[in-house]
Amino acid sequence: MAKIITSKQAAEMIKPKDRLMIGGFLAVGAPESIIDDLVIKNTQDLHLIVIASDYENRGIGKLVANKQVSSAQVSHLGTNREIQAQMNSGFINIELVPQGTLMERVRAAGAGLGGILTQTGLGTLTQEGKPVIESEGKLYILEKPITADFALIRAHKADKLGNLIYAKTARNSNPIMAMAGKVTIAEVDEIVEVGELSPEEIVTPGVFVHYLVKKES
Amino acid sequence: MDRNDKNYKRALIAKRVAQELHDGDFVNLGIGLPTLVANYIPEGMTVHFQSENGIMGVGSAPEKGQEDEDMINAGGGYITAKSGACYFDSALSFAIIRGGHINMTVLGALQVDGKGNLANWMIPGKMVPGMGGAMDLVTGAKNVVVAMEHCDKHGNTKILKECTLPLTAKGKVTLIVTDMALIRITAQGAVLEEVAAGVTVEDVIKNTEAELIIAGNIKTFDV
Repeated sequence: MAKIITSKQAAEMIKPKDRLMIGGFLAVGAPESIIDDLVIKNTQDLHLIVIASDYENRGIGKLVANKQVSSAQVSHLGTNREIQAQMNSGFINIELVPQGTLMERVRAAGAGLGGILTQTGLGTLTQEGKPVIESEGKLYILEKPITADFALIRAHKADKLGNLIYAKTARNSNPIMAMAGKVTIAEVDEIVEVGELSPEEIVTPGVFVHYLVKKES
Repeated sequence: MDRNDKNYKRALIAKRVAQELHDGDFVNLGIGLPTLVANYIPEGMTVHFQSENGIMGVGSAPEKGQEDEDMINAGGGYITAKSGACYFDSALSFAIIRGGHINMTVLGALQVDGKGNLANWMIPGKMVPGMGGAMDLVTGAKNVVVAMEHCDKHGNTKILKECTLPLTAKGKVTLIVTDMALIRITAQGAVLEEVAAGVTVEDVIKNTEAELIIAGNIKTFDV
């Protein structure tokens, strides 16, 4: 059974310097209630693993605007001037990771893999400092897994076992991050009884999900 | 018709790119000018548009008031889903991209060169938006089409002998379509195949730093 908690309780579990994977793509599919409570708690020195830096007032942009983030692994900053300003001033340390590589590095952590081989980034700055390995006659960059203390994700519906289904394009990074957090907390619109979701429609098996938060409406 | 008009140029480029599509293609369009390609799909042709945030079968923009908070494209704009569309997670989305299942991706560029190198994700010290999904798209798509204005706003060519900005990918661009020309990147080099209406081969050469191989039978394209 996944334990049902409030977003405030979720925020209280997170300590300074924790590594957080937070789901969402330009704030669509982001666990906004948990983020809001993290902002209220003002937990400092967070490390984020996110697809994009969202907007100053939406998604993980709220944590950045409140100066709670000291480092991030992220693929795109273009929609958030504040994170670019904090990067330029040296307040936040950014590792830019190609989006597909970021997802596979997260998935590798969740799937028990020691890394992945990809051609993405060959001959670019992304390759710097990384081993290049030949396989089947082609060159690949070895990219290492990315782990996290918490995966904070967003789904549409959960059953009490923690099985999850998602809404449209709000799925994005959430099922991948669900696999990779030491502790995974899913914020959902609705929690139903076991048996109410069809086994065919479940996207994330409850085995990955430790806590459920019902989104505050 | 004003050939210097921005909207004319954008339509000209988008329409010419669309003519490179084939029925049944799976296509990913970048943000900005490339999205216009969807407006010029040749009649009777079905093309499936992917957005890397997790949908195959992107439809048109919703009517005002009909926006769905859970339905965006990779640029953050609201979209609808076409009949037969499907949703998937980001890892699967990039498996489609990196695994060579996308027929064509269309992107803008800061610089592109005669060897098919592309730079479009940062200007050191000035602008660092990040690569997002562009590096994976350029690496994995079967055809990588750069759709852009031939010169920057200062009139400097964006088609160089060798890119000077940090690369998005090495040697992956297959076609460049601009407001002046259509240039195909081949094993022999960059081949000028077509010029835009009102533009001469000499105009293109004068505005291109990369060495061009001039095709035998130069065609003209127009809106």
